[in-house]
Amino acid sequence: MHGLLDIESLPRPEIEAILERARFFQPPPNETYRRLDVLRGKTIVNLFFEASTRTRVSFEIAAKRLGADTLSIAASGSSVSKGESLVDTLNTLAAMRPHAIVMRHAASGAPQFLARHLQIPIVNAGDGTHEHPTQALLDARTILDQRPRIEGLRVAIIGDIAHSRVARSNVHLLSKFGAKIVLCGPPQLVPRELEQLAPGVSLAFNMNEALKDADVIMMLRVQLERQHEAPMAASEYFRFYGLRLEHLKLAKPDAIVMHPGPINRGRELSSEVADSQSSVILNQVENGVAVRMAVLERVLG
Amino acid sequence: MSSLLIKGGRVIDPASGFDAIADVLVRDGKTEAVGTGLAAEGVAVLDAKGAIVAPGFIDMHVHLREPGIEHAETIETGARAAAAGGFTTICCMPNTMPVNDSDTVTSYIIQRAKQVAAVNVFPIGAITKGSLGEELAAIESMREAGIVAISDDGRPVMNSRVMRRAMELARALDIPVIDHCEDLNLSAGGDMHEGAQSVRLGLRGIPSASEDVMVARDLLLAELTGARFHVAHLSTSRSVAMVAYAKSKGLRVSCEVTPHHFAITDDELATYDSNYKMKPPLRCEHDVEAVIEGIVSGVIDAIATDHAPHAGSEKMQEFERCPFGITGLETAIGLSLSELVHKGRISVARMIELFTTGPANILGLERGTLKPGTVADITVFDTEFEWQYDAQQSCSKSRNSPFHGRRFRGGPVATIVGGVVKWHRE
Repeated sequence: MHGLLDIESLPRPEIEAILERARFFQPPPNETYRRLDVLRGKTIVNLFFEASTRTRVSFEIAAKRLGADTLSIAASGSSVSKGESLVDTLNTLAAMRPHAIVMRHAASGAPQFLARHLQIPIVNAGDGTHEHPTQALLDARTILDQRPRIEGLRVAIIGDIAHSRVARSNVHLLSKFGAKIVLCGPPQLVPRELEQLAPGVSLAFNMNEALKDADVIMMLRVQLERQHEAPMAASEYFRFYGLRLEHLKLAKPDAIVMHPGPINRGRELSSEVADSQSSVILNQVENGVAVRMAVLERVLG
Repeated sequence: MSSLLIKGGRVIDPASGFDAIADVLVRDGKTEAVGTGLAAEGVAVLDAKGAIVAPGFIDMHVHLREPGIEHAETIETGARAAAAGGFTTICCMPNTMPVNDSDTVTSYIIQRAKQVAAVNVFPIGAITKGSLGEELAAIESMREAGIVAISDDGRPVMNSRVMRRAMELARALDIPVIDHCEDLNLSAGGDMHEGAQSVRLGLRGIPSASEDVMVARDLLLAELTGARFHVAHLSTSRSVAMVAYAKSKGLRVSCEVTPHHFAITDDELATYDSNYKMKPPLRCEHDVEAVIEGIVSGVIDAIATDHAPHAGSEKMQEFERCPFGITGLETAIGLSLSELVHKGRISVARMIELFTTGPANILGLERGTLKPGTVADITVFDTEFEWQYDAQQSCSKSRNSPFHGRRFRGGPVATIVGGVVKWHRE
């Protein structure tokens, strides 16, 4: 595997191998991750052109647990602000011979563009409104910790789908494994063409319809920073698209609630839901490290 | 003055309906005779056996970037690329720096072209001052200085009343109004055609409706004012249908299409290669088919390249930051042959029409024919030889072509401007 740019082009066996390996990396309850030396002597640069705490820290811990040397660069405060182009920034870093670059960028396709111009493996940590492959992998790992298989599951993804790279990666992954996916949100944030994104996708503009018999409920953050028009009022949004306890009755009794974080309590889900037994939000964060260990090992091992 | 005998080619002149193996004799910059077995003493001979000899091709939509943006293109380099693409005449859009909105800039372009351009250059003047869409430019003065049409290409006139006034003036001056039809509110922030692909790639969309809305508005204004109205780089099925309807109602309406809009679709964007980024954007299969149908049925009058050079540094960025536009002069004939003629959609004669009488009639140019006594602008091309386009070797200053590396069957062989061979394939 030369880098990881997206889920759409990643074959199912490849995904299965990563998820299986991630399970091996999961720590036993109440313990921390084992420290391994499989990537000793490797250098990984985390290049974040867009603010991020959880993803960056998660990648850093994953790399360190595997024995790799890492350094993280918040690119907004570096040469980028001096007018250096993206290609030149990457070329400069590549000349220092790291073994891989983990990058996040606000522009869709930025890692694909760089991968065409550079030899070094690139791991996409989120590109614009396109894909966030490791998020989908960690979500799949989290689902599989709760369910024997993804096939046949009914997954509701709710919120700002249009601007969500998490939604796109999840749709591609879940579809490859035969899940039924319902995308739901305000019409202006759920373009009709999403139905053609992958097999098994349908659209709903009503929470009750989307949540009916759901096995998995994925809530998304409203990405105000990516919306270029006046957003829906927060109260109006929460009233019609926010997840509250009473909604959970519509879903399967053992349905799980997920969220890629950071969560906005009272905007896309109520505090009670976030802290409920159904929530696996912290499991997702935990699995982020295991999955990213598996990805880095596969790219660099 | 020089003389030239173009021997043994298949001469096709749609204006007169001539289509036969023949010789063309050129003297003193004019076509003197077309016929078999022509001979003349001491005349240079161009062997055109196996090739097609056509009236000089006209590209009514190019960006030469001079004055002001000479790092991307100049009148000299753009004209050289035109000659290498088989064009004898090009019309340059006014979005230079400064904008061609006065007779001073118009005269500069014409003078400069006389000094350095390998082909004929006719400027198109701005509709509004600075192409800001507010106040009409000095259209009468520019007309006297030599513009052949008006357009705010790239920055469409959003104010319908301003557009109405421009059309009224253009009607009086008997020049066409060319509009880049795009509702800027609908297209705002968009990077590619809006559809399944844009949603998949997470790129912001430019809906077909942003073009259709403006084509509809302009057709209504053309009816109101009686102006000659021309749709630039038409790209949607609805636009084709509306232009067809307007023509059936007798409006003086015409339209052009670019080779890239009939050759490729938005599927190409999957690589996030900015050489596929232009306005209007590459549309979907359905639109491409409608555009080709429009070419076949005759709704579309001309093929124009919208040659839009950009320096490499501008195209080597994140997709959403890259400017719109691609080069096109050197690949137009190759694409037209491969996508339209070789696929059996149109005849070679119809293709020649789209490059000659089509644009000449729209602009009122006394060119685009091989009739004896007319200016000897002649394009010689071949429909069969195989070649590969190398953008790195382009005569243009810029390299932003999505067709770099593409293999073609057929292309230009020689470009003759005013009786002089300005370019010949080596």
